[in-house]
Amino acid sequence: MDQTKQDILMVGVGGQGIILASDILGEAALEKGLDIKKTDTLGMAQRGGSVTSHLRIGQKVWSPLTSPAEADILLAFEKLEAARWVNYLKPGGLAIINNLAIPPLSISLGSQKYPGDQEILDSFKQRTSRLCLVDGSGKIAHLGDTRTLNIFMLGFLSTFLPLDIDSAAWESCLRKQLPSRILDINLRAFEKGREEALSVNIR
Amino acid sequence: MNKSRKLLSGNEAIAIGAYHAGVLVATAYPGTPSTEILENLSKYKGIYAEWSTNEKVAMEVGLGASYAGVRTLVSMKHVGLNVAADPFMAAATTGIHGGLVVISADDPGIHSSQGEQDNRHFAKLARVPMLEPADSQEAYDLIEIAFDLSEKYDTPVLFRITTRVAHSKSVVELDEKRISKERTKHFHHDIGKYVMLPTNARNRVPNMHKRIVELTRYAETTPVNQIIDGDGKIGIISSGVSYEYAREVFPQASFLKLGMTYPLPPELVQKFAGKVKKIFVVEELDPFLEENVKLLGVHVEGKKHLPRFGELNKAAVHHAAVQAGLLDRANPIAEVTLVKNLPGRPPLLCPGCPHSGAFFVLSTIGKRAKVLDSEGRSEEETGLIITGDIGCYTLATYPPLRAMDTTACMGASIGQAIGLEKAGVNSKIAAVIGDSTFMHSGITGIVDAVYNDAKITVIILDNGTTAMTGHQDHPGSGMSAQGTVTEKVDIEKLVRGAGVKDVQVVNSFDVKAVRGAIRSALDNPSLSVVIVRGKCAVINRVRKNPRQIDLSKCNDCGVCVMIGCQAIQKRNDKLYIDSTICMGEECRICEQLCPKKAIGPVSGKPAGE
Repeated sequence: MDQTKQDILMVGVGGQGIILASDILGEAALEKGLDIKKTDTLGMAQRGGSVTSHLRIGQKVWSPLTSPAEADILLAFEKLEAARWVNYLKPGGLAIINNLAIPPLSISLGSQKYPGDQEILDSFKQRTSRLCLVDGSGKIAHLGDTRTLNIFMLGFLSTFLPLDIDSAAWESCLRKQLPSRILDINLRAFEKGREEALSVNIR
Repeated sequence: MNKSRKLLSGNEAIAIGAYHAGVLVATAYPGTPSTEILENLSKYKGIYAEWSTNEKVAMEVGLGASYAGVRTLVSMKHVGLNVAADPFMAAATTGIHGGLVVISADDPGIHSSQGEQDNRHFAKLARVPMLEPADSQEAYDLIEIAFDLSEKYDTPVLFRITTRVAHSKSVVELDEKRISKERTKHFHHDIGKYVMLPTNARNRVPNMHKRIVELTRYAETTPVNQIIDGDGKIGIISSGVSYEYAREVFPQASFLKLGMTYPLPPELVQKFAGKVKKIFVVEELDPFLEENVKLLGVHVEGKKHLPRFGELNKAAVHHAAVQAGLLDRANPIAEVTLVKNLPGRPPLLCPGCPHSGAFFVLSTIGKRAKVLDSEGRSEEETGLIITGDIGCYTLATYPPLRAMDTTACMGASIGQAIGLEKAGVNSKIAAVIGDSTFMHSGITGIVDAVYNDAKITVIILDNGTTAMTGHQDHPGSGMSAQGTVTEKVDIEKLVRGAGVKDVQVVNSFDVKAVRGAIRSALDNPSLSVVIVRGKCAVINRVRKNPRQIDLSKCNDCGVCVMIGCQAIQKRNDKLYIDSTICMGEECRICEQLCPKKAIGPVSGKPAGE
């Protein structure tokens, strides 16, 4: 049994920095000498569509795609996107959902309705009780840059990974992957995510 | 130590692999999922890399460079090879001098294309060898082999990847040696080889067949084709990313893993068949391997159970394996009942997109807004038919704009508009095409419109870049792929030079001017061109004074929502503008359109007052 094996599916909306977050995690796993396959489905992400990033880590990984009911972790940056991908989570898997609603245009046009929190959580409860609705967007608000959400979420996620990457290794990874002018604020966002994760009881 | 481990996409690995293999000239036209190959190659010093006007030109430039004796890489998406098919077939006929590798990046599942096609058939059609990597390491390794094969067998090599190989990242061990062998950079005159008069071409064709015979012998022994022994019960023949899925689905099976998928190695296939009880071919799209293996007289199954379109994945391969009686059904995990009627999230034009104003104007002309249903259908003509083209602006097809009636292939908008007009429809016709697409394939259409007196309006949306694929430069942008300033091809002069008399240029963010220009052009009974010019919102980083809606003035008429701007949203039945994504000052399209003047900057008085 490969103890390092982790299938992680990150989902959200174009512009939320999902690809960068999964790139950084991939690089961190690379430093650990692990095998990695990573694939992003973005269509035309910059234009506000759905984005998914599949990241698979282990001693040897074949397929770049995670499969339904096999993801160890679903990291959702937005609630509607979380609801869309719940079937990919394995039974008993970990779901981390940023408590943020970005209504698609069909909602503004009045032709469709954004699902309620309870409906979304109920769909997740069919798969797992390890479910965490985290106020990421709220927690980073006072950092002054909403674009650090991705690094906050990565920090949150980092405490759940069986990859034995310590704080210093994460920091060095962030330093390598981020431009220096936004490094400090993102290091704080990462730390904030870690702190927040330690306060929830879903381990 | 010259080795290093990196996490690379297939496209990055191809670029580095080509660099390490000594490539000196690289050409391409941007197209998902192939774009990053040239983008990465253009960063290397000592290499010439260009964005060509289109794939046909890219192939011709590549062929010329190869004739000069240098290693050359030409990359494109699957449909790009349709455009480049003529020079590709010519290259297959003349052969090469310096190694010529042609990358076809296919898009099974149509992530970002106008269609699905299996370009492996091009290898058979052109009688050229084809290599297919399964991951980034193979992409890096095989590209060097491709150049060697090209030179050894005097042939272009088709290097076929798919979206899942091009855009997936995996670990690559790089060997930082640069082939130092100096290329000759010398053209040898050889009329019999390079001038394809019928008499010469007739002499070249037998070579094409001879090389396939020789390459078949090569395929038998090359390490890129290998048998991986398993328990002997099930044998899997596979290549590309399909192999990765199959390895997970059949952990015990024997594999014939093909890195070279044309021509096939008959003896190796027979040897494999002798080792296993039953053979299953796992491949995406057409039964290309399956049919070619069957021609060798080996009994296999594949597409009887596997889908013939779309992408494969582990679940699809597993499902097919169960159907074929190769595997037992897995213990099913109950599917989660999803939240009912989950709203979709189609991509949209960006906030501040320079195309929004023009499309809003077009959507209000004739009876389009009233007659078209939510699917953009109407038996009755609307009074304005909009032929569309390929780029971000194709997104204007989605509600609320529904401002596009056709999209076929690069540049088709103009030809289709001419055809509709000549067929005698009752509506006016506007062809809408972006600047990069116009350079790619619109120019010949405009010439046809002038020559044949087409009574149409061509609207060229000029945002100064190839936005859809990630903002590559093009002949009209004034910058080369390697960042040098070049002569800008002036679209206005170009269309005037072709003989268009009614040409207007308007600022895309001045809605009144855009409306006036489009209306006057449509009223002109002969050919007219409107160039709607404004910087792409992703390139123009200026975000100043986001707009807000003064709800005391707003009567909820819904006009602003009809622009289709992502920033204009409704929460709890109240309209608002998301100030974090609104472009503000540089756009103001909604502000100009609001009949109640309820939209203005968040603080201070409205601009322009």
